[in-house]
Amino acid sequence: MVFKSVNEYPEAPITLGTTLSNFTGDWRTFMPVVDESKCVRCYICWKFCPEPAIYIKEDGYVAVDYDYCKGCGICANECPTKAISMVREEK
Amino acid sequence: MPKKVVSGNYAAAYAAKHARVEVVAAYPITPQTSIIEKIAEFIANGEVENLQYVPVESEHSAMAACIGASATGARAFTATSAQGLALMHEMLHWAAGARLPIVMVDVNRAMAPPWSVWDDQTDSLAQRDTGWMQFYAENNQEVYDGVLMAFKIAEHEKVNLPVMIVESAFILSHTYDVVDMPEQEEIDEFLPPRKPLYTLTDFENPFSVGALGTPADYYEFRYKIAGAMEEAKKVIKEVGREFGERFGRDYSQMIELYRTDDAEIVFMGMGSLMGTVKEAVDMLRSEGYKVGAAKVRWFRPFPKEELYELAKNVEGIAVLDRNFSFGQEGILFNEAKGVLYNTDARPIMKNYIVGLGGRDLTVNDVKAIAKNMKEIIEKDELDREVEWYHLKR
Amino acid sequence: MVSLEEVTKMELPADVKKRLTLPFEEHFYAGHTACQGCGAALGLRYVLKAYGGKAIFAIPACCSTIIAGPWPYTALNAPLFHTAFETTGAVISGIEAALKAKGYKVKGEDGIMVIGWAGDGGTADIGLQALSGFLERGHDALYIMYDNEAYMNTGIQRSSSTPYGAWTTNTPGGKKHFLEQRPKKKVIDIVIAHKPAYAATASVAYPEDFMRKLKKAQTIKGPAFIQLFAPCPTGWRSPTDKTIELARLAVQTAYFPLFEYENGKYKINMPSPNKEPKPLEEYLKLQGRFKYMTKEDMEILQEWVLREWEELKKKAKLFG
Repeated sequence: MVFKSVNEYPEAPITLGTTLSNFTGDWRTFMPVVDESKCVRCYICWKFCPEPAIYIKEDGYVAVDYDYCKGCGICANECPTKAISMVREEK
Repeated sequence: MPKKVVSGNYAAAYAAKHARVEVVAAYPITPQTSIIEKIAEFIANGEVENLQYVPVESEHSAMAACIGASATGARAFTATSAQGLALMHEMLHWAAGARLPIVMVDVNRAMAPPWSVWDDQTDSLAQRDTGWMQFYAENNQEVYDGVLMAFKIAEHEKVNLPVMIVESAFILSHTYDVVDMPEQEEIDEFLPPRKPLYTLTDFENPFSVGALGTPADYYEFRYKIAGAMEEAKKVIKEVGREFGERFGRDYSQMIELYRTDDAEIVFMGMGSLMGTVKEAVDMLRSEGYKVGAAKVRWFRPFPKEELYELAKNVEGIAVLDRNFSFGQEGILFNEAKGVLYNTDARPIMKNYIVGLGGRDLTVNDVKAIAKNMKEIIEKDELDREVEWYHLKR
Repeated sequence: MVSLEEVTKMELPADVKKRLTLPFEEHFYAGHTACQGCGAALGLRYVLKAYGGKAIFAIPACCSTIIAGPWPYTALNAPLFHTAFETTGAVISGIEAALKAKGYKVKGEDGIMVIGWAGDGGTADIGLQALSGFLERGHDALYIMYDNEAYMNTGIQRSSSTPYGAWTTNTPGGKKHFLEQRPKKKVIDIVIAHKPAYAATASVAYPEDFMRKLKKAQTIKGPAFIQLFAPCPTGWRSPTDKTIELARLAVQTAYFPLFEYENGKYKINMPSPNKEPKPLEEYLKLQGRFKYMTKEDMEILQEWVLREWEELKKKAKLFG
């Protein structure tokens, strides 16, 4: 949000939107890639994502929201079946 | 209209009760303590409903708790003095920045060291730049009226800023006087429940208050506060007028003028010392001096326009400051001079530093000051700009 | 791509729902500006999940000031009041008092939770007085200290919650071996000295345990306090993917055991070691902040950990 005139500001410093408009995906160096053939749908990666940028699809498998994923690698480190690997990103 | 013989502090406590405050968070300090004692007594006797009293562990927390309460939509009140007010300083900025209409009574008391519990305005004036409005009461009635008006002004939709009602240590806080208190129903009509600008109970549309403001946005929020302070001048006058219409005591003037119509010399000052000054003015008038008094009720926002109107028509202004800004001069004097600089009103102005730490200012002192001012005006030469009038030489 | 907001509103297949160990709904928005692998951000996500957004937060100066979003954005789907460093305990007291004065239901299943969310510096140091006041006066609110063991937001300075031997920017090691020389302050013991309704330690590595404790804090009457262990890769000089592993090791080595205090009774919680704790070195070696420690330093810290652990076990036995 960009405010061009003082009149556009609220009277008190209260927020007007959410951080969803801030795409933190470009912080990433390594990207998590999910191998569904190894995924046992335990949702440990979903549980430990600090963003959160891992979501559960309708088929029950997980996917990464690359718009927000910062590439910390917790999901890959915690995955009990090594279904997530961190891959250097080509930009 | 019911009358009660009460101290300034009890007047403040009754006013808070009659304003139907919802949260009081306060910490003891002489000479403020009897305000919160009285409020605690109201609760103990079942005289108030829905009032939460938070006996915090410091003044800093008193203001922080009031801030939390006010942000949650409650009408919040506290009271303090000197060291306590200084400890609150950080949170005074917070209250104004978050646009919370908290009302606080500050009992003017000198800052230590040396320890002192007596009257001095430096504690409240040192909070000048926090974004709080400041009202200086001359007597117990004004303490009571001030607190009631303060909520209405602070909570006004165009203002949403906190107010400090200032009274003198002991001279008002512990001295009994007759105070008119309107009936509760009349007060309720004058002061309806608060309609907050925002409240933290908004779960449908949650927001954060006070998030990081980058250089791209911080500036505008400061301007909003500056604008609200300007608006507050109009609101103060409106509310002061309405108060007069309802209860017979008019506060539509931010500077109360006393016998200034044809005055050559005007004494200007704030708070209880102006009672003494008015007394002296009457005596001086009977002795043929053309003198008057200008009591600055509101120090913030500063009544520039009213001061200009006054200064246009007088030859000299003696500014009596029961306070001092080290390295400069009396604080009211400094402000008043600054206001007039870009105008065509240039009376001779002299600053008298009086009564620091509770030393009495007597009628004879004011008379002596009048004589000094008269000489200066006749000679058209200022002997010195700032005079430590009470100094033992 | 579906947005997280839309995902949150999605109906999940029943078998998926059954396997989730945490509430599905998200009330913490992505796009927040926590560092990669931030334990505090994860903690905040859990707290928001626990109360489904029906909580009022007060956050003092700390990393979460930034994490929660710069104006005009918020990362929390719950009301939040940003406040000064030392005021968390007082502000939540004021919020709770206002809710009560206005007749809201505070705490309980359908009541409003009032939550102070502060770092270790804001709790153990500058905010200790306000915390004490809050606990002693018995307000119905929850104070969570997320413990990342230093002033991280100002750039990694030691707090009284920093452990012995840690590197920070004002205990920088150097030729004179100027590392943190004082043991970690036991804030939880100070809290328990107030005899609060409820106090507990928790860890981001054990969210189910944390969630249970958050629920407990909701149902119990009176003040509650949780010290949440939240690793900070930036300040601990640890790999960003090791946040959970470190938090888990901290529990398994008994460096940060999980326990609860309720009605005068101590209870050690299951994730804590039931036999011999793992050697502390396993925990230390993963973190760059401990790399300047000598072998003797490590022994001193190991000894401290075991002594504290024995003391806790004794308390649990005596007051269990």
